[in-house]
Amino acid sequence: MQNSSFAKRIFGQDRNILQLLVITVLVFALMSYLNPDKFLRYYNFESITYIMPELGILAIAMMIAMLTGGIDLSVVGIANLAGILAGVFFHSVIVGTSQSTGMLLLYTGIGVLMALAIGLLAGVLNGFLISKLRITPILATLGTGQIFTGLAVVLTGGPAIVGFPDAWNFIGNGKILGIATPFILFVVVAGAVAVLLTRTTLGVNLMLIGTNPRAAIFAGLRKDRMIFYSYMMTGLLAAIAGVILSGRTNAAKSDYGASYLLQAILIAVLGGTNPAGGKGRVLGVSIALIALMLLSSGFQILRFSNHLIDFIWGGFLLLVIALNAFRNTDR
Amino acid sequence: MTLFRRSEFIIACILFAAMIIIGLINPAFWSLDNLFGLLRSNVIIGIMALGVLVVMISGGIDVSFTAFAAAAMYLTIKLMIYTGYEGVFLPFVAATLIGLFLGAFNAFFIHTFRMIPLIVTLGTGSVVRGLLLGLVGTSVINIDKMPQQLIAFAKTDLVSLTSATGTNFGLTAMILIYLGLALVTHLFLRYTLAGRSIFALGGAPEAANRVGFNTRRTLIFVYCFAGALAGFAGLLHGSMIWLANPRDFAGLELDVIAAVVLGGASIFGGRGSVIGTLLGVFMLVMVKNSLIIMKVDTTWQRVVVGLIIIVATALTAWRDRKKLV
Repeated sequence: MQNSSFAKRIFGQDRNILQLLVITVLVFALMSYLNPDKFLRYYNFESITYIMPELGILAIAMMIAMLTGGIDLSVVGIANLAGILAGVFFHSVIVGTSQSTGMLLLYTGIGVLMALAIGLLAGVLNGFLISKLRITPILATLGTGQIFTGLAVVLTGGPAIVGFPDAWNFIGNGKILGIATPFILFVVVAGAVAVLLTRTTLGVNLMLIGTNPRAAIFAGLRKDRMIFYSYMMTGLLAAIAGVILSGRTNAAKSDYGASYLLQAILIAVLGGTNPAGGKGRVLGVSIALIALMLLSSGFQILRFSNHLIDFIWGGFLLLVIALNAFRNTDR
Repeated sequence: MTLFRRSEFIIACILFAAMIIIGLINPAFWSLDNLFGLLRSNVIIGIMALGVLVVMISGGIDVSFTAFAAAAMYLTIKLMIYTGYEGVFLPFVAATLIGLFLGAFNAFFIHTFRMIPLIVTLGTGSVVRGLLLGLVGTSVINIDKMPQQLIAFAKTDLVSLTSATGTNFGLTAMILIYLGLALVTHLFLRYTLAGRSIFALGGAPEAANRVGFNTRRTLIFVYCFAGALAGFAGLLHGSMIWLANPRDFAGLELDVIAAVVLGGASIFGGRGSVIGTLLGVFMLVMVKNSLIIMKVDTTWQRVVVGLIIIVATALTAWRDRKKLV
């Protein structure tokens, strides 16, 4: 009995999580069948744990924006700007190799804080435009996304910034107890967001606002302030993704991860987030993330070109839309 | 009195003010050479913007049209080369039909599954571009392989002049196609029942349905129209630059949407006009192209476009503020 109630609590009321698990198993089975010797290697799964976190955190950020019926099209711009700003900082303070390890660690710490601060600031700008100036989230973040990417171009002049300190690379490439550092970061971030959304006033308020904005106002919720906070969170998460991305590739560039925007939206929607607001769970997004990472790594092993993988992502998005529509008409 | 409160009037005023400022910074702005060049740059973005305008009036949004434009351009030109067809009219019909067909997919998904247009069109755009680059090819078709008649057609000038330095320049006749399409769209939106049904759908979908408009047909029409115009603009673009690059138009959707919003259309639907869009397109193209004249580094281009979107949307949000909860 206790087992089933625990399962119920994990899966929640929505059958979405169950459907996701089925999709994941199916994808796993299909890919194992298509390339049994290469797909099932430990190396393949290990590399997934390195690539997955940045995209997963962006998808969670997208989910938070979608909870109130919004969207954040500037996440990739924020992520790149955060990485580039840190890179510019390192270039200006670290001259030569004569620095001691302690100083380098300190600089890396400052760099991380700078990256997170710019993410928070970007989120504040988005939140201000959306909740105070009442610009539609699509257009506001479309505009700010251009600004952030544009600033990234201005800062770099076009080419990638390379040469990050070792500690920075550890964030994206290192291992703690045999587990990828970015993966550990992802678990921590996902857990924190899950707690924030389900156990705090802010999270519950966001769900209520997304379900019925008018009722939320009449119930006395501070809608504007909550939406403002949600975009700050989105910005901060995007910056974390940016740190991991530039740490993993040891470089930062204004047009990195351009296809991540579509993928983040896809993972959020596939994970059961309702783009019209009010519904979304970190667990759902995480399972969707795993399913899609397995899918794309499988196709990469099959030597599909990146363009065809883009096609598959887009097709999957449309398929999920159709699936969700059919599931909703059942009721 | 009403003239001064119309948003088109305000946009026109801002446009003139901007032109005067740019002209003061660098008088070269007013040279015929530059002005003709600006008008030429309006054509492709403008034709696409007419489609996006109609989608936005209906309360939707489309970010897939640039992928459709690339697909229509590349497929049509590949087909022309493959069959050795020489001509102008049929290829444009073909490109328009390809765009229309792809637009029908958008309409199908948006209507059947009641999904947010932004997410559907993100998906269809990715599918079409992925298939085009993954299956059809990534290689650029160069001028020596391009169908010569298309190039000759797009080279037609209304006025041809020779500048002081001896180079030839002219006003492209393609501007007439753009203005013609704009006029047709304007008359259609204003004076036909189908055109009014688009405003009705965007203003209040439920009300439009109850009054007896066939909202399904309107929705299908709107996305097919946007797709068709994008397909047409795609082939025209290839003809005008003498190249067919399947990677073209990436990211252009942001500029086009910005231009339409700048022209006073509301993303909530029900508001927008062709005249406003023409002005918005001209404004966006002018500011982007004039950065070089104003000696601003081109790396700032995206920042400027972003700022324009923010300012334009902030103004329209302020205009529509009473409508919001």
